[in-house]
Amino acid sequence: MKCQNCTNPATVHLTDIVNGHKRETHLCHACAEKKQLLHQQELNLSAILQSVIGPHIGALTEDLARLTCPECGIKYMEFKSAGRLGCPHDYQVFHSALEPLLQKIHRATRHAGKHPRHGRRSGEWHAEVVSMRQQLREAVETEQYEEAARLRDLLRQKEATDEPG
Amino acid sequence: MNLDSLSTTTGEWLRGSGPESDIVISSRIRLARNLAAFPFTNRASAHQKAEIETMLRDRISKLEIEPRLVYENLSHRSPIDRQFLVERQLISRELASSEGPRGVALSPSENISLMINEEDHVRLQVMRSGMALDEAWQEIDRIDDMLEQRVNYAFHDDFGYLTACPTNVGTGMRASVMLHLPVLVMTKDIEKVFRALQKMNLAVRGLYGEGSRASGDFYQISNQVTLGKSEQQILEEIRAVIPEIIKYERQARQMMLRERRDILQDSVARAKGTLRSATMMTSEETMDLLSRVRLGINVGLLDDVTLATVNELFLHTQPAHLQKLMGTTLDGEERNSARARYLRTRLQEAG
Repeated sequence: MKCQNCTNPATVHLTDIVNGHKRETHLCHACAEKKQLLHQQELNLSAILQSVIGPHIGALTEDLARLTCPECGIKYMEFKSAGRLGCPHDYQVFHSALEPLLQKIHRATRHAGKHPRHGRRSGEWHAEVVSMRQQLREAVETEQYEEAARLRDLLRQKEATDEPG
Repeated sequence: MNLDSLSTTTGEWLRGSGPESDIVISSRIRLARNLAAFPFTNRASAHQKAEIETMLRDRISKLEIEPRLVYENLSHRSPIDRQFLVERQLISRELASSEGPRGVALSPSENISLMINEEDHVRLQVMRSGMALDEAWQEIDRIDDMLEQRVNYAFHDDFGYLTACPTNVGTGMRASVMLHLPVLVMTKDIEKVFRALQKMNLAVRGLYGEGSRASGDFYQISNQVTLGKSEQQILEEIRAVIPEIIKYERQARQMMLRERRDILQDSVARAKGTLRSATMMTSEETMDLLSRVRLGINVGLLDDVTLATVNELFLHTQPAHLQKLMGTTLDGEERNSARARYLRTRLQEAG
């Protein structure tokens, strides 16, 4: 792609959205500097963040930035900065953001290997555990410690004695 | 398990036997698995980690593995003991340096190690001497099947086995082969090998894994992709490339022997001479010199030292092993002097 001002190759690409209208600008480094675009860009933190994260997750919507796993409490942004997920349920909660990331890392988004060969838990079992964990978090947050202890014991029992069969 | 008694042996990966063992040191497969009902290790409370450890330890103890696995509670072990297990490749550096409830179940032969509360709740590892990925896979697949009957793995129909880091999701499998490539390093052809492997999405790491330097000319080649390919496909990709690298190293050795025999002979003799006479020796220098001696034996330029001795020395001169053998803690300089003394004694015994 060539610079819109001269014939040098364009190395600076800007997309402005003003009143819902998208405007693209493609310039070479020298022309961009003349227009002081690079300087402006450096100060525009969210644009920088977008350019870093954008390739991994697509547009960084406010929704995604605020996304929090109800089970372990991790925020999407925490995962982005640490590179580690908080719990298995995050794969569901951050599904839409993880797919492009997995595509980038593995060039695939679907498992093609081994499946558990024996007694997999049912979807209901998972849903129940997830909901119990959520109730436990809420109980702790609202300082209902007796209820929290009861739920904790229930969860422990469920995981410990319900061997898949 | 009495770690001190282990310190006089070499364990599985440096046994120096198995197919292609002049170049292939060992084959290793690890599987990352997590329990569905708990947060991943990095987000689990100390209490949850203790619960995970207790449960997994109990379930692992019930597995039909003969001879029985021995459990090591790592939070009760000293940093030297943990480092000792890292040097033997039985636990990861991450597990050694992390905190809180964690441990490892080991087979007496050191073939199997099941790490608890690593980055993932459980990391299964099976190791074999020489080129033996298939045998390693059969064994680890069997252990995984048995464990899966007793715990509830986090598994997703689309994403496979769920892991704390998305780079391991899917099969959760990392298969690696450790190679000794001294001549490709000398001729700098190793760079070409790296580039070719990179194009094939295979990773090259040093002796002690991620971020470690390739000391002693040891390189671990492993898969990077864990999602979208079956375990067999991943193993096949590694199996296909290893013979090519072996052939390349062997050709380079033959060429060296043909065209630069004097230089090679001199380099090997100097390495042995230094190891037998120096009075201070760093771990790095030891690795480099032992690498040349190992090469000398493999190409027939040295016959008064055995491969088994050299393999053992690679391990015994590592910091934690050395301190265990000496029966005392030593600072850096004391270690360098003790290491040199140990090498002198062992290589003079050897003739």
